Amino acid sequence: MERRDIQEIAAEIIDEFAFLDDWMDKYQHIIDLGKSLPPLDEAHKTDENIVRGCQSQVWLVPSLDGSQVVFHADSDAFITKGLIALLVRVFSGHTPEEVLNADLTFIDQIGIREHLSPTRSNGLNAMVKKMKMYALAYQAMNKS
Amino acid sequence: MDIEAIRKDFPALQQKVYDKPLIYLDNAATSQKPQVVIDRITQYYQRENSNVHRGVHFLSQTATDHYEATRTRVQQLIRAEKLHEVIYTKGTTEGINLVAYSFGEKYVNEGDEIIISQMEHHSNIVPWQMLASRKGATVKVIPMDETGTLDLEAYRKLLSDRTKMVAVTHVSNSLGTINPIQQMVADAHAVGAAVLVDGAQAAPHMQIDVKALDVDFYVFSGHKVFGPTGIGILYGKEKWLTDMPPYMGGGDMIELVRFDKTTYAGLPHKFEAGTPNIADTIALSTALEYVESVGYQAIADYEAELLAYGTEKLRSIDGIKLIGTAEDKASVLSFVMEGIHPYDAGTLLDRMGIAVRTGHHCTQPVMQFFDVPGTIRASFAFYNTKEEIDKLIAGLQKVKEFFV
Repeated sequence: MERRDIQEIAAEIIDEFAFLDDWMDKYQHIIDLGKSLPPLDEAHKTDENIVRGCQSQVWLVPSLDGSQVVFHADSDAFITKGLIALLVRVFSGHTPEEVLNADLTFIDQIGIREHLSPTRSNGLNAMVKKMKMYALAYQAMNKS
Repeated sequence: MDIEAIRKDFPALQQKVYDKPLIYLDNAATSQKPQVVIDRITQYYQRENSNVHRGVHFLSQTATDHYEATRTRVQQLIRAEKLHEVIYTKGTTEGINLVAYSFGEKYVNEGDEIIISQMEHHSNIVPWQMLASRKGATVKVIPMDETGTLDLEAYRKLLSDRTKMVAVTHVSNSLGTINPIQQMVADAHAVGAAVLVDGAQAAPHMQIDVKALDVDFYVFSGHKVFGPTGIGILYGKEKWLTDMPPYMGGGDMIELVRFDKTTYAGLPHKFEAGTPNIADTIALSTALEYVESVGYQAIADYEAELLAYGTEKLRSIDGIKLIGTAEDKASVLSFVMEGIHPYDAGTLLDRMGIAVRTGHHCTQPVMQFFDVPGTIRASFAFYNTKEEIDKLIAGLQKVKEFFV
């Protein structure tokens, strides 16, 4: 399969949402994305992998596949999980450098920015930070 | 009660969110403010602004008079015996912390016990835990049943001569339960314990009578009674307040300051260090006057109607489970939806213009007890309507469709 860069995937997501007229369709799509993201194995839902939000919980499991970072994630809330599915789709399968340099303006452009706000206590913003931290750690590992 | 006229007094209720008329059902978190309260704050800053208790000039005297007039209004409203039993705080949380610190310093020792309940807000748990660890005391918890009613028999068994303080909420913020404070106070006094009541959720719904309740301390917040944020009330019986050491040191709380010895001011100023929140204190009086003009009885009757209507409607939806079904309840509906996370439901309701609170409501032990990650909470004030409840119900039906 041809490897696409982060910008291309983000553009594809923007296109996908552009077809959805109103907020109900957008949220329906996010919820459906959440439902279709395979659940994490219960064994991975450990304290170590949890990203605490006041409202919904997020679990994030990183791994390195050759030179590429792979993320698996889950949440107890479907809207959060749908947004996670988008982030996993954008970040997974890229080098640590690409993950670190990725810009997330596509979240703005699909009109769901509020969920990624640092003041929204759903764990998503903390998850993005953690994803980048793991990328940074892998980058350091690769260099040493 | 003319609800349409009352609603017009609240400018925040007139707005639209996401192009839909705002339906504000998050009154247990904070209430909206009537225009008279907003105007009172503006008037203070436009014409009366000056510091209190210090000036010899006209403005300072005016500000001090208005600032102190709030104390008198509160005293009369809650039927405190003495004016100086009314202490200004930032809010309920500060009131509890003040008592936990100052009462704790004076009266709580190693081996003593503090009793709280299973339905307390974190702010009526943590300060007591802090006190307990400071003094080597123990915190005991009154259990509740599956309706969200406290087990009074268990409570009586917890009481002993080791009990120094019983700290309990008047109305539960996450369940709506109204606790039988009068009875609980009598039981506590029988073993010589003092009682602090967290009235944050009670004050918006009923007239508090500290004399009839015979409580030792009663705390509530201005912002939940249609007043400003940053001002709250601590009522305390004189016999305790007099002997309790100050909580914070600074200006306004002293009598004489010398480097070798400082003496403290009398009540209430001993507990009010520093320049206070003058504008909001003055506007609190306006808020309470407004509530009194609506009438506590009228409010209680109308809110009971809303609660009964909302409860019945919610029960008609499949897959909804009410959390908190005590016999005596304030107008709070806490519930969960089968297979739908409260965060998801709250997010979708928000897009429909309906403001509810979701999550653990700062009562994690309650969520643990009911084994839910959180609840959806709709809490009503006297300006809410049955039409708004209908819209909430329609909104919940729509939420369900998202997850089919």
